[in-house]
Amino acid sequence: MMKNFFSKLFDQKLRSRTISYLLVIIAFIILQLMSSTGSLSSLLKSLLVPVCCYTVAAIGLNLNVGFSGELNLGQAGFMSVGAFTGICVSGMLASMITNPVLRLIIAIIAGALIAALMGYIIGIPVLKLQGDYLAIVTLAFGQIIKSIITNMYLGFDENGLHVSFVENKVTLASGGKMLLQGPMGATGTQRIASFAIGIILILCALTIVYNLIYSKSGRAIMGCRDNRIAAESIGINVANTKMLAFIISASLAGAAGALYGLNYSTLVPNKFDFNTSILILVFVVLGGLGNMTGTIISTTVLMLLPELLRSLQDYRMLIYAIVLIVIMLVTNNAFLQAKAAKLRESLIKGKKGAKLS
Amino acid sequence: MSENNIDRSLILEVEDLGIDFGGLTAVNNLSLKVYNNEIVGLIGPNGAGKTTVFNMLTKVYQPSRGTIRLCGQDTAKMTTVEVNKAGIARTFQNIRLFQNLSVIDNVKAGMHNKITYSPADSIFRTRKYYDQEKQIEEKAHELLKIMGLDSLAEISAGSLPYGGQRRLEIARAMATDPKLLLLDEPAAGMNPQETEELMDMIRFVRDHFHIAILLIEHDMKLVMGICERITVINFGMMLASGTPEEIQSNPAVIKAYLGE
Repeated sequence: MMKNFFSKLFDQKLRSRTISYLLVIIAFIILQLMSSTGSLSSLLKSLLVPVCCYTVAAIGLNLNVGFSGELNLGQAGFMSVGAFTGICVSGMLASMITNPVLRLIIAIIAGALIAALMGYIIGIPVLKLQGDYLAIVTLAFGQIIKSIITNMYLGFDENGLHVSFVENKVTLASGGKMLLQGPMGATGTQRIASFAIGIILILCALTIVYNLIYSKSGRAIMGCRDNRIAAESIGINVANTKMLAFIISASLAGAAGALYGLNYSTLVPNKFDFNTSILILVFVVLGGLGNMTGTIISTTVLMLLPELLRSLQDYRMLIYAIVLIVIMLVTNNAFLQAKAAKLRESLIKGKKGAKLS
Repeated sequence: MSENNIDRSLILEVEDLGIDFGGLTAVNNLSLKVYNNEIVGLIGPNGAGKTTVFNMLTKVYQPSRGTIRLCGQDTAKMTTVEVNKAGIARTFQNIRLFQNLSVIDNVKAGMHNKITYSPADSIFRTRKYYDQEKQIEEKAHELLKIMGLDSLAEISAGSLPYGGQRRLEIARAMATDPKLLLLDEPAAGMNPQETEELMDMIRFVRDHFHIAILLIEHDMKLVMGICERITVINFGMMLASGTPEEIQSNPAVIKAYLGE
């Protein structure tokens, strides 16, 4: 029984999954211990929730870019949709639901649903096409969402929601409050996000993506990526399959955004610009396409490094670009690939030997 | 099952099929019938339009003229996906496997439309998910055994040897549970011994699953060895049709292959 369990653990599919879960849980325990003993600096403490948020968004993007093979340059746009939806829902429910955890969960679900809806709407025309159209459209989507929210005034009182664009024409009854104030974004948000919920959200995202990948849908998603014509020849509807991956990717970004938005008392729409989308893409590419554990590690490292190396901040985007180019060159180098394959082989052999003994 | 009981119903009926690419007529006036439990060969010199016929049958190309009926059903308005659901599966001349999926996952991918659980079932890992995954796991192993790939089930499809990749394509096509299997040069790149084994496999697949097989092949030993009927095309036109013996002694065919 026990032996069977261990041999299953070394099964490649289960192994990568177990490592991801363990990594997240161990990181959570260590950080909780550190924060309870007071050895965590306030800077690091303030980064805990954002790291969780970006990890979830990156896991979603990895499903889209790594498994489905479609380039998405608007993940920050979906985060933005999720964030402001989450803030609005939480603001509206503030008087009705006093339990912050319950309100946070509802806000996250709302953020995920609205982002998924947006994904569905832009996915309908685009995913029927072949090529890089999705990259162009999601790029535009990110910009459009940013512009819309920058020009949107949203207020809430007992008569319901009031919206106006470009100029603030919203007049509220007494007791009402402004949820979105154009370029200033959302202000006075109740900060209800917590690190524990962030970790739970990461675990949920991992479960969703892994469960999907090792199922009928996952085989179809990877099949369409590997060979579109062959996938059609065995009766897989390519557009629908890519849509599924895209919607789940968008909804994870939405959920991450909602958590992110409710972690700050002020959030400006400019936070989710093109650079943020590229940042998330860098997390995914650096962590490895289709590699969830890698995504988690690279997100954490790349989120923490700029804070720990504040003095180099001016060169940040420059260094990212160089790192991205170097990685693409190195991973496509046949000599280095052969070396890496040899190393991997010897590692697997070592593990198999350990299993037998 | 005795000889008389074998179902010989008409599976595929092609009438006056033709396609033009711009001003070029690639295939014209092609008629073809394939009955159940039959292996039919489609041969012709290079560039005769054989693969184009397959692409029209599977709706990768839309025919310009003519009709294709599968079990009496007109496929004019169908897409590639719908044609597969209606019962045509194929392999490709230039192998098109899902390189990064494991061998068994390639076969399981072929069972896509046999699985009824939804993405929600897979996310929440319901009982339906486990039941159906177990079923298709067994079925996939069964197919891999037939094609002699069962011991390689867990390696990635891209690392299979060439002959293995061709056989895996057949296994994946068979996983869709077709009525008609189209094989596009199944023996290309195989050595004589592998070809011999492949012939046995193709016969076994036909006898075991009771399907019709239409195949394109340049290896005349294979074609003459397993096909019951052969259609020869040249420059997109039908040249001859008949049993292997008739084709071998047909002067028009000999002329097309060997010249004057």
